[in-house]
Amino acid sequence: MFLINLWAALVGVVIILYVILDGFSLGVGILFPSARSEKQQDVMMGSIAPVWDVNQTWIVFGAAGLFAVFPTTYTVMFSALYVPLFTFLFGLVFRGVAFEFRANSTHKTAWSRAFFGGSLVAAFGQGLTLGAYISGIHVENGVFAGGAFDWLTPFNILVGLALIAGYALLGAGYLILKTTGEVQQRAYGQAKAAVWAVAFFMLIVSFWTPYQAPDIMDRWWTAPHIYFVWLFPLLGLAGFVLLLRGIHNQVESAPFFWTLIMFLSAYLGLQSGVYPYAILPDITIFDAAAQRQTQMITLVGALVTLPFVLGYTFYCYWVFRGKVTDDVLYH
Amino acid sequence: MDTLLLSRIQFGLTTSFHIIFPTLTIGLAIFLVVVEALWLRTRDELYYRMYRFWVKIFAIHFAVGVVSGIALAFEFGTNFAVFSQKVGNILAPMLAFEGMTAFFLEAGFLGIMLFGWHRVPPTLHFLSTCLVALGASLSAFWIMAANAWMQTPAGFEIVDGTYMLTSWWAAIFNPAFPTHLAHMLLASYATAAFVVAGISAYYLLKGRETAFYRRCLGLALIVAAVAAPLQVIVGDFKGVAVAEHQPVKLAAMEAHWETNEDRGAPFILFTIPDSANERNRFEIQVPNLLSLLITRTLDGRIPGLKEFPADERPNVLVTFWTFRIMVGIGFIFLGVMLWAGLLWWRRKLFDTPLFLKALVVIQPLGFVATIFGWLTAEIGRQPWLVYGLMRTSEGVSPIAAGNVVWSLALFCIFFGIIGASYFYYTIRTLENGPDYDSPIPPIQRMAGVQALQK
Repeated sequence: MFLINLWAALVGVVIILYVILDGFSLGVGILFPSARSEKQQDVMMGSIAPVWDVNQTWIVFGAAGLFAVFPTTYTVMFSALYVPLFTFLFGLVFRGVAFEFRANSTHKTAWSRAFFGGSLVAAFGQGLTLGAYISGIHVENGVFAGGAFDWLTPFNILVGLALIAGYALLGAGYLILKTTGEVQQRAYGQAKAAVWAVAFFMLIVSFWTPYQAPDIMDRWWTAPHIYFVWLFPLLGLAGFVLLLRGIHNQVESAPFFWTLIMFLSAYLGLQSGVYPYAILPDITIFDAAAQRQTQMITLVGALVTLPFVLGYTFYCYWVFRGKVTDDVLYH
Repeated sequence: MDTLLLSRIQFGLTTSFHIIFPTLTIGLAIFLVVVEALWLRTRDELYYRMYRFWVKIFAIHFAVGVVSGIALAFEFGTNFAVFSQKVGNILAPMLAFEGMTAFFLEAGFLGIMLFGWHRVPPTLHFLSTCLVALGASLSAFWIMAANAWMQTPAGFEIVDGTYMLTSWWAAIFNPAFPTHLAHMLLASYATAAFVVAGISAYYLLKGRETAFYRRCLGLALIVAAVAAPLQVIVGDFKGVAVAEHQPVKLAAMEAHWETNEDRGAPFILFTIPDSANERNRFEIQVPNLLSLLITRTLDGRIPGLKEFPADERPNVLVTFWTFRIMVGIGFIFLGVMLWAGLLWWRRKLFDTPLFLKALVVIQPLGFVATIFGWLTAEIGRQPWLVYGLMRTSEGVSPIAAGNVVWSLALFCIFFGIIGASYFYYTIRTLENGPDYDSPIPPIQRMAGVQALQK
């Protein structure tokens, strides 16, 4: 019991780490077309060039980790959400190669577009996946038993759009931290537009979710959830207000920080309604868990390695701290 | 076509495309470690320029390798969900460990390796290069453990159709694993060495940057001189291991139909296996050689394909020929290195145009050998997904074929675009040549650096 709960929490941490870290990289990609010159594009890309790869690694580890500790979740979700996941993947592929190819290219336009398009498509594919996950997956005898287009619903598309707005907000917050001058000023404006879009989408998704997944609503409204779930929307609202104030006062660190708070509030709110389910509507984390020995081995590995991983990731961010300078534009 | 066949084609295609890139980066990372160590030790600026030049090639390959590799992490679940569900307890932690111990290391320190020159002292930069190289080789460790487990499963018991781990150690160090890993690492080192050698030889023939490329060629040939002969030896051990644990695969690799009861089995150099009639057409063979290679005796018994039911044999024609191509390239590499040894002895290593031309021609063969080696290993494992226990047809996802048609079509288009672009930018980077002009960052200027005489 304890081991499975611990792993559920760890997987939850890995997912939110991925969402935030790759989220701002994808967000910078989504905002990429707003750059007014090649120099500005270089600065935007340079802001994430040394770290995008390690950020993205969290999804590779997330997929493999999920496979290791909750194999049923991995296999059912991945076969059920075949098209959204490959859409996400194809987006990541173009976003990823664009870094090297654009830097080596004399006609950068095509790879700039690939960078933007890939980021946009990846974000949308992720949103579709999230929406479909919330909506529930038809499972029989431990395998996916639904149709190929079950994921194509208005709700899921809405979640996809919501995530694009959310990542744009993260990206704008990050650009405010890492850039100066025109790019930074524009990012303040982009953050302001994005946060209104996020608030709008969050409101709709929050009210729609109970209809899409009534079980989540039931769990929210029963003890012990009822004692704390109201905290999450409140926290989100506080983040929203303080974010707007931070943009108004042009406090560099405020937009990114309050965006994180908004993401966390939404994420925790959702997770509190989903727990203890691994796949909605009826497979729990205990049904989906791997063999105990496998979970133990992977746990030992994670406890030994992940502190180092976090440590050197932090070190890399520290090495590249401060505003973007010329040395990260190309190696 | 059905979901199974399409999924197999897709997995084969994505893996074959992907493997090109890590094969080079695993080996090239070691090369970069050596170059940077020499830079730190000798303080000769040429080594610094060499590093900055080859790391560009490394970075392009790394980027394509990373993004194409994510496809594989997804495809176990998207395309082979039932297989993944059944063996998840054993295979999945290996993939998770790959992420924890290898990918993070590579991706984390890649940033410093590429962009950190102005920001970290020389020793820390060197450490970053070492850790990226370590991550690359560790990644091979886990992937080869997972694949070897599918060839020779160990350390588990089957409970209600699910594979349960009984010994993590035995699962990782399964019988096929040691030779599997050594074979792949040597393939990477040899491939990277011959790529560097071939490119260097090309520019030496053109008379460009001769001092620079002579040194690159020299270093590459030292690596190749170690890797090429070792690979032949490891390959020999691998053959013995396959014969012991996967006899039907060995028989298919050798197109060996009849068990040789009272005489030695020949090694077939050329034939067209005819599976319908269970025989070979136009054989060219070396008598007794197969027995000698596998049993170390002239007339050792080797079970033929006919000892196994027809529905438990892989495609003999394909397995035989993919294996022949791989082995052929291995011996070409060995031959070229013997030639190199002879030229070195006569002190004519850098001045023999024919030898340099040969290096240019064989430059891409390491990739070809690696892909064909993988095809031998994977097609030779058929019809099994887990050798002897689970058929490939039993592991496929319960999804509509249309899904896979869609993704396969997009993979073909996108990998086509990315493959062509990768090729174009690699050639361009090579054509631009090394950069001698950009100043060495102040933090890297150690006492006693010997500036280039230009």
